Amino acid sequence: MSLPRNRVIIGILALAAVATVSDAALHSVWAQNPFGGPRPPAEPQSGGLFGWLMAQQSAFYRQMSATIRAAKADGSAVWTLLGISFAYGVFHAAGPGHGKAVISSYLVANEETARRGIALSFISAMLQALVAVLIVGICAWLLNATAKTMCSAERAIEIVSYALIALFGARLVWSKGGGFFRALQGATGKPTLAFATAPPIAAAADLHGRNHGHGQTQALQTQAIQAHAGHDHHHGHDHGHAHDHPHDHPHHHHDGAHHHPAHGDADHDCGDHCGHSHSPEPAELAGPGGWRRGLGAVLTVGIRPCSGAILVLVFALAQGLFWAGIAATFAMGLGTAITVAAIATIAVSAKGLAQRLTAGHAGGGVLFMRGLEFGAAGLVLLFGIGLLLGYIAAERVTCL
Amino acid sequence: MLGSLRLAVLRFALAVALTLSAGVAAAHAHPHVWITATSELVYGPDGSFTGVRHTWAFDDMFSTYALQGIETKQKGVYTREDLAPLAQTNVESLKEFAFFTFAKAEGKKAKFNEPVDYYLDVKDNVLTLHFFLPLKTPMNTKEYAVEVFDPSYFIDFTFVEKEPVKLAGAPAGCAIKFDRPNDNSANAQRMSEDNFMNGDNSNYGAMFANKIAVKCP
Repeated sequence: MSLPRNRVIIGILALAAVATVSDAALHSVWAQNPFGGPRPPAEPQSGGLFGWLMAQQSAFYRQMSATIRAAKADGSAVWTLLGISFAYGVFHAAGPGHGKAVISSYLVANEETARRGIALSFISAMLQALVAVLIVGICAWLLNATAKTMCSAERAIEIVSYALIALFGARLVWSKGGGFFRALQGATGKPTLAFATAPPIAAAADLHGRNHGHGQTQALQTQAIQAHAGHDHHHGHDHGHAHDHPHDHPHHHHDGAHHHPAHGDADHDCGDHCGHSHSPEPAELAGPGGWRRGLGAVLTVGIRPCSGAILVLVFALAQGLFWAGIAATFAMGLGTAITVAAIATIAVSAKGLAQRLTAGHAGGGVLFMRGLEFGAAGLVLLFGIGLLLGYIAAERVTCL
Repeated sequence: MLGSLRLAVLRFALAVALTLSAGVAAAHAHPHVWITATSELVYGPDGSFTGVRHTWAFDDMFSTYALQGIETKQKGVYTREDLAPLAQTNVESLKEFAFFTFAKAEGKKAKFNEPVDYYLDVKDNVLTLHFFLPLKTPMNTKEYAVEVFDPSYFIDFTFVEKEPVKLAGAPAGCAIKFDRPNDNSANAQRMSEDNFMNGDNSNYGAMFANKIAVKCP
């Protein structure tokens, strides 16, 4: 008698937590002043990590032009340039337009590993560097176009990137919604949340299939919701746990999962478990489908180049050292990747922690995790829309 | 059961919120363009404040970037005529950002018209934009304030050391108080309630505002 009520309360709490997290994030994004009130400006002597980060990136960035000039006379200055660029990338990536938010939210929305997060961060950063080189290479070097033309190209790419983020977010929300509402249904004990059932799942079937990672712990699963909690628990801890099971390598399941219908059961050893929790839970790192899936996250953020890289490249080109600019851009990308990867790892670890903490709480724990994933998926969508509509500050393109 | 879950939820929410806000806070810290500025507050014959004449020198990197692909009659020599189309682009683009110039008198924001007398020149690889930003309605108030900054802090505005702001043709006795962003005092009297860039991302850059306050007798 008291159990359902408890579950309802837990559900409400979890929803509130997700709302809080999203709210906190958006608030700081939309805040007029992130510090909530008058505060001494950060540069150059302000304390705190924030002021320091800013001072560092400014310092590195401003050294770049002088170093490129120096490299004209003394080739060894290129090494300095690479070092500065790398350091700049590390500090600079804390800023928008480098996919931290999208990649991190994506990782939280899906049950991704830190390792995968790191890989995605590196690929997207390298893609960003490549796009910057291509823009400047084609526009400035090949066509000798003006800055105005380049900035139009940047703008077009930017819009495409934001639209892709929104689409990607919408897809995540769609697929995550199923798992969340199903968990909600389980927790509230009401089997009649019509909107949570088939349609989203059917639409997300391909994603679901590809994302399917339940194979690892299926042996443990029972049909009860409580078992889901246990399942999640194992996931959260680490995937090493899965090695105890015959299906510890996710891609073994991959093909089977592909053809797995939304509510299908028993046609492979996925069993009833899948019918219960449709949230794609990819713990798999490799496997062709696995990488293709991650590519979405990488593409949405990776095609938007960093304005700083564009400026450096054009400057290097004007100095007759385009190759040094290219090298610097990739060094910057490497630095960026490290920061983004670190943030992505924190996000994944935080989720793992949450999973462990809520693991013992039967349906409530599952609901919380599904809600979290749903919330993270929602964040990606909100980021995309916010960026598209200009509500969220992104790094500006170099149009003046 | 509920208690420990609540604790877990709170802990987690806190961790995520901290991570995100740290990320977002640092996210805004982003100057890519540095402008070294001087400004002149120009007065009309009747003693009213008519507008701001800005001289903005771009940093080395941005100067080079902006000059990319600009055709010149003589290689490497940029005349005002060569740069006229770019100057045109600049002032048109700046409109979107309200020219980074925000004037206020008696609690009301003042509006500016489109810039006039604008041109660019290049000296020692430094591209400098000159323009006059006329007020829609000249001001006759005894006190007013002008702030120069980029709300999104993509551009860092640093005024020159010597005579950063001048009065041109002001009535006798008018005095300027200029606060650089690193002066803590500058934040005491801020126009914080305004969101100058309506509907725009954030007024984060206000922390980096250069504040000019003028007082006339």
